[in-house]
Order: sequence, then structure tokens, then C-alpha cells
Amino acid sequence: MTAATAMKRAGQLTALAAALITAPASADFGLLNMTQGVTESSREIYGLHMTIFMITVVIGVGVFGAMFYSIFRHRKSRGVTPSKFHHSTTMEIVWTVIPLVILVAMAVPATRVLIDLDDTSGSEMTVKVTGYQWFWGYEYRGEDVQFLSRLSTDSDRARRLDSGIKPASVDNYLQNVDQRLVLPVDTRIRFQITGADVIHSWWMPDLGWKKDAIPGYVNEMWTEIEEPGVYRGRCAELCGRDHGFMPIVVEALPKAEFETWLANRQASGEGMTADADADTTPETDGELAAR
Amino acid sequence: MTATTYNDASHEGEPTGFTRWLVTTNHKDIGSMYLLFSLAMFLVGGAMALVIRAELFQPGLQLVDPYFFNQMTTMHALVMIFGAVMPAFTGLANWMIPLMVGAPDMALPRMNNWSFWLLPFGFAVLLSTLFMPGGGPAGGWTMYPPLMLQTGTAFPFVIFAIHVLGISSIMGSINVIATILNMRAPGMSLMKMPLFVWTWLITAYLMIAVMPVLAGAVTMLLTDQYFGTTFFSAAGGGDPVLYQHIFWFFGHPEVYILILPAFGIISTIIPTFARKPLFGYSSMVYATASIAFLSFIVWAHHMFTVGMPLAGELFFMYSTMLIAVPTGVKVFNWVSTMWRGAMTFETPMLFALAFVFLFTIGGFSGLMLAIAPADFQYHDTYFVVAHFHYVLVTGAVFAILAAAYYWMPKWTGHMYSERLGQWHFWLSVVFVNVLFFPQHFLGLAGMPRRIPDYSVQFADWNMVSSIGGFGFGFAQLLFVYLLYKCIRGGQQAEAKAWEGADGLEWDVPSPAPHHTFETPPVVR
Repeated sequence: MTAATAMKRAGQLTALAAALITAPASADFGLLNMTQGVTESSREIYGLHMTIFMITVVIGVGVFGAMFYSIFRHRKSRGVTPSKFHHSTTMEIVWTVIPLVILVAMAVPATRVLIDLDDTSGSEMTVKVTGYQWFWGYEYRGEDVQFLSRLSTDSDRARRLDSGIKPASVDNYLQNVDQRLVLPVDTRIRFQITGADVIHSWWMPDLGWKKDAIPGYVNEMWTEIEEPGVYRGRCAELCGRDHGFMPIVVEALPKAEFETWLANRQASGEGMTADADADTTPETDGELAAR
Repeated sequence: MTATTYNDASHEGEPTGFTRWLVTTNHKDIGSMYLLFSLAMFLVGGAMALVIRAELFQPGLQLVDPYFFNQMTTMHALVMIFGAVMPAFTGLANWMIPLMVGAPDMALPRMNNWSFWLLPFGFAVLLSTLFMPGGGPAGGWTMYPPLMLQTGTAFPFVIFAIHVLGISSIMGSINVIATILNMRAPGMSLMKMPLFVWTWLITAYLMIAVMPVLAGAVTMLLTDQYFGTTFFSAAGGGDPVLYQHIFWFFGHPEVYILILPAFGIISTIIPTFARKPLFGYSSMVYATASIAFLSFIVWAHHMFTVGMPLAGELFFMYSTMLIAVPTGVKVFNWVSTMWRGAMTFETPMLFALAFVFLFTIGGFSGLMLAIAPADFQYHDTYFVVAHFHYVLVTGAVFAILAAAYYWMPKWTGHMYSERLGQWHFWLSVVFVNVLFFPQHFLGLAGMPRRIPDYSVQFADWNMVSSIGGFGFGFAQLLFVYLLYKCIRGGQQAEAKAWEGADGLEWDVPSPAPHHTFETPPVVR
């Protein structure tokens, strides 16, 4: 069989596979790229991502173009005689230096964004995030509000092996929690991120980053959300059996609404009840056993 | 060792049947055992991957418990890395390096036997952990503490297995280095060695440098668990991030251990089928050495999100970006080798060309991952999974398949079925892209890796990926059938099986006799 007929047959197979999968398809095939997010940093990160992606596309077109040109033109079946050259110092210097220049050009904006992300000073409020097996704890530093945030019960029921509940029928399957992390917009917020048992990673794509939650470490990160809304993220570091079932939901409110929410929360005393739960490891262990 | 050891008379007393394989010190026998063992492990690891892809076929949990799923992701990686890819390269080294440098055997034949026979026992221990109380290891192949310390009965067995596999790799590497440095035919200077031999020499040094580091890391895990040390426990003054530094100081050179011999294979096959000498031989050697050197100073790019100081992040970002330069040189050299050649497209060449194309795509996503701020989004997502499967499956595995097709006539004395080979190639190359390309989209859209279940917006691309996974998996059975047929019979292969082939291995008959180069050839 020639390569051409093999390619044709492979093409038919792909078409068949495509036909098989288009049946249950919805619009989600459109999910192709990184989110631009809702902060200045997340947009800058998206910008870096697209820049480096376009650079690789341009290099790819050049390299693969030359390769396929060669594959189609310089084949024995066309009766060509192979050339004998095997060395060119000039070419080798060129294709060492040009990539170096491109890399330096890419390193400059990447360095700028990295320095900016690293600077957690000047924050107006601080939230402590603690990763547990398998839920998150949030503490509004100095505000006497803290609570745990777990997978919502309807998702939790549906995700059991052979639960018989269709994931699509559950509201925000696996990305809904019982208590959202409520944050104000247009406020420079510092996060202090740590882990209680094993390493987790707090990832909120719309903020543009994730940071590991490591027992014995307090990692810092910051954000300033520009748009009110509900944003969903996940634990990104393998943390045991239910790693896939500890989502993160951030609700960004206008400043005034946030103040009201915080005041209500403080008044209701809910912060205090959650306190005992979240702060001491032995109790958390007991809770784990109960789960 | 004198030449008389190898005369035909010594064959008389040689054991037959299973004992022959058990006590053999012949590099070809040991090479074959390594290759067949690797193929078996490739199928075992592949079956685990299919469990993963079957569970991820649609949202919701249908088949396995999340904890078993985690055991599958962990074991799939360990089996594929230590059981499939590394032994395949060692098998190729055993078979081909003595033939390529004109040596009668490996330098240390008895140790060679032992390095192989450690493997089945190591893997028996490792795989048996799946049946132990509490199941096998489920903390990922990276075995990060404190999670790894939650492993059940399996814990010490996993660590013991890793020690055994590490010892096997180190002994294999010592053998390769001793052979290459001491047993080359007269006239074969270092800069006249085939590139496969060069890449293996450098790989062997990498292995000797880093396998003990892994052994150290897992031993510290062991003492943390059973002997009251707190290397990795913050509560006792230790540091869980220290483990990650030690692990990746091993782990990054390890990924080059998995790819450098592949570079050597591709640099052998492309000139053969382009009928034109390799472009830039010496720059290939220097590029390989540069990549090996850089591999020691980039490890923390696996850890951009652990909270390193800014200076650390910048250093590891820059050093990682630098790797693109020597790797780029290699790709440019391969394309220049094809340029104005006279190419034909037998199965080994098809796999080699697919390697150049698809490995480069993996290289591009690697370059993207090097940008530390962007990695804050990419890290631990399916984008990373797509990246390392492009470099390891369409990279390392495709190169191994290319090598198998290329040298199969020399090993078996028969030409494989070109028709089946072409089918195997086209099915593999189509399905592997259906399998892994959508994973880029999933990762960018927000799907973390190592999860057994996902929210519904990821359903479509996961289904596509799973279809690709099953297609790719079953296509490999075609290779098993082809190999079986080729061993049993087929068109007699000539000593020089390929028109454009070059190298000492093509001077000996096909199949290569049990003993070759008892008198060293002279290299001009």
C-alpha cells in the first residue's frame, strides 16, 4: 500500500470518528483557550501566553514548511539525486543566534509580569486560605470571619460511583460549593495560602494564577478583581482520593455590598462557629475520619 | 577475555531452553529480553491508561473508585517510564552499541545479565502492590510527601522496587560507558561514533548522576515514615518542598534520559532514508551535551507554583528557555538532512518524520510552559499532560518504534510486513493526535490533571481524547502481531537491509550471528 492510500484510509477513519462524536456534541468544543480573566495580571498572563504561542506558530510554520516542502520535492520517486552537503557553519550560527534573540525578547515581558505578581505589598485586606483533605478554609484576617467551603451536596451526591444521577442535571456539577469566598472588587487583596494536611493548590483561572497550599508554609499572592461576578476554580495539586472534588468559588461583589455581607456575617456569629472547625488540626482530623 | 572464548566449540556446552535465557551473557540475547520485557510493560502501562481514559470518557464516576483511579495514574507513569521506555532504550543499547562500535559484546556481560534480571523482580514487587491492603501507590509518580506517606502497606514495597529498578539502570549505564570507552574498533575515534552511541554515552552519565538522587529521596521518605526522621515534615523542622527539589533534580535529567537516545535513533534513521549524510554531526554532539548540562540546572521549573523567591523563579525561567536553543539546533539539523535528499518512506522513516513533527509540537508547548507567569495557569493542568505525552509518546515511543522497524531485519533476519507497518503507523499517528491534541484545549480551559471526574464543560474534548486513546491502544496490538510474524518468518533480509544504511551493524549478516566482531573491524 502506498503512503497516499494509507493516508486516505486514515482520513476516512478520522471522518468516522468525527461522525461518532458529533452526535452528543454541544457547544463545548469551542472551549479551546485560556481565559483572559478579570484582573490586570490575568490579562497580562493571557497576553504572554498568546505572544509565546504566536512565536511558536511562526517558527512552526517555517520549520514544518521546510520539512514538508522537502518531503514532497526531495523524494526518490521523483528521480532526484541526493545532494552530499552535510555542514554549514553559517547556517548553524544563524539558527543558534536567532532563537536566542527571540528568547531574550520573550524573557523581558515575562520578567516584568513575574516581578509584578511577586509584589504583595500595599494590600487593603488579607484572606488566609487553608487546604484540607478535601475542602477549603477561608479566614478574613482581622475581621473575625472564617468558614469552610465544601463541594455542594447535590454535586457530592451525584459524583458517587453509580449514583445514577446525570452530571448534566446538576447545577454547576463539581464546581459549586456550600459557602463561596466573597471578595470585594477594585480592592488589592493579599492571599496567605497554606495546607493543613497534604499539599493542595489553590487555582482560580479568572485571577490568572494558582499557588500551592503547603503544610508548614505560608505562600503569598495578590489580586485585584475588576468585574463583579462568580468565578470558579479547583484544587490543582493531587491531594488524595477526593482531589477532584474540592472546587473553589469566588463571588466578587461591589465594595459596598461586600461591606454589608461582611457585617452580616460578623453579626450572625457564623464566623465563630466555623472557627473551632478550621483552626485546630486534631478536630479536623476527627472530621476527616467522620467523612 | 581472549578471542578463543568465542569460538564455535564453546557453544557445545551452552544450556538450552529457559536456562539459556536465565544465564546468558550474550548482548543480543539480553537485548532481546530487554526489548520484549519493555513491550510487555508497554502493554501493561497502556492497559492502565485505558482504565483512565475509560473513566474519563464522560463526566460522573462510572467504573472505578477515585482512589483506584489515582493508583492507575501513578502506576501508569511508573510502568511506562521505568518499565517501557528505559528498558527499551537499554535493550537497543545492548543489541546495537556493540554492533555499532565493532565490539564482540558488552564490556561487563555478567553484570549485564544481572541488570536485566533485576527488572522482572522489581516490577513483580511494584505491580503486586496493587493487590495489597490499601492498594498501590496513589500519590502520583512524583511521590510528593506528605501525601505519599498516606500510602498503605504498599509503601515500603514501592520504595524497594524503585531501588531495585534504579540499581538495574545504574548497572546498565556503567556497562554502556565501559563498552563505549574501551571497546571501540580500531580507528573509531569518539567523533566518528554513530550518533546513537553518542547520545547513549551522554544518557548513561546522566543516569549515573541522578538515579542515586532518586534513591536518596525515596530513602528519606522511608525513614520519615518508619524511623522518626522529619526530612519532609514541617512539624519536625523539615520541609516538604525539599523533597520536590531533590525529586526534580533527579526528575528533569530523567526526562532527558527518556529522550536523548531517541535523538540518536532519529539521527540514524533520517540520513538512511534521505540517502544523505547527517547534517551537522558535530553540532548534534555538542547540542546533546548542552542539553544534558542544562538538564541539571532547570529542575525547579516543575515547581513554579510552590512559592519560590523571585530570583529563583527568574533563574529557572531563563535556564529553561535556553534549552530551546540546542533542541532547536537538532530539529533544524534533521530538516537540513532531509533537504535535497532522495527520500523514501518506509515505516521507520514515517515514524521518524512523525517524531520530528510531533516532538517539535511538544517542544513548543514546553517553551510555553517555561514562561513562569503563564505556567501559573498551565501548571498541573491537562496542558502539561498534553505536553509531556507529545514528547514522550510521539517522541520517545515513536523513536523506539522507528528503531524497532529499522533494526528488526537485523534482529530477526526477516523483513517485516511493510503493509502492516504502514497500517500501524497511520493508525498510531492519527489516533495519538486525537488522543493528546484536545488535552491542550482541556488544560487551557481549566481542567486539572489527575482527576477522575470533571465538570460538564470538559465532556466533549474528553470523549474525543478517550476515543483516540482506545484507537491508539488497540493499534499497538497490530505491532505485536507484526513482530510475531516477523520473528516467525518473512522475506529474507540482506546484511544491509536498507539501501541508504550506513554503519558497522550492516556489515554483519542478517540475522546477526550469535557472536560478531570476534576480530575487530577496522574503521577508516
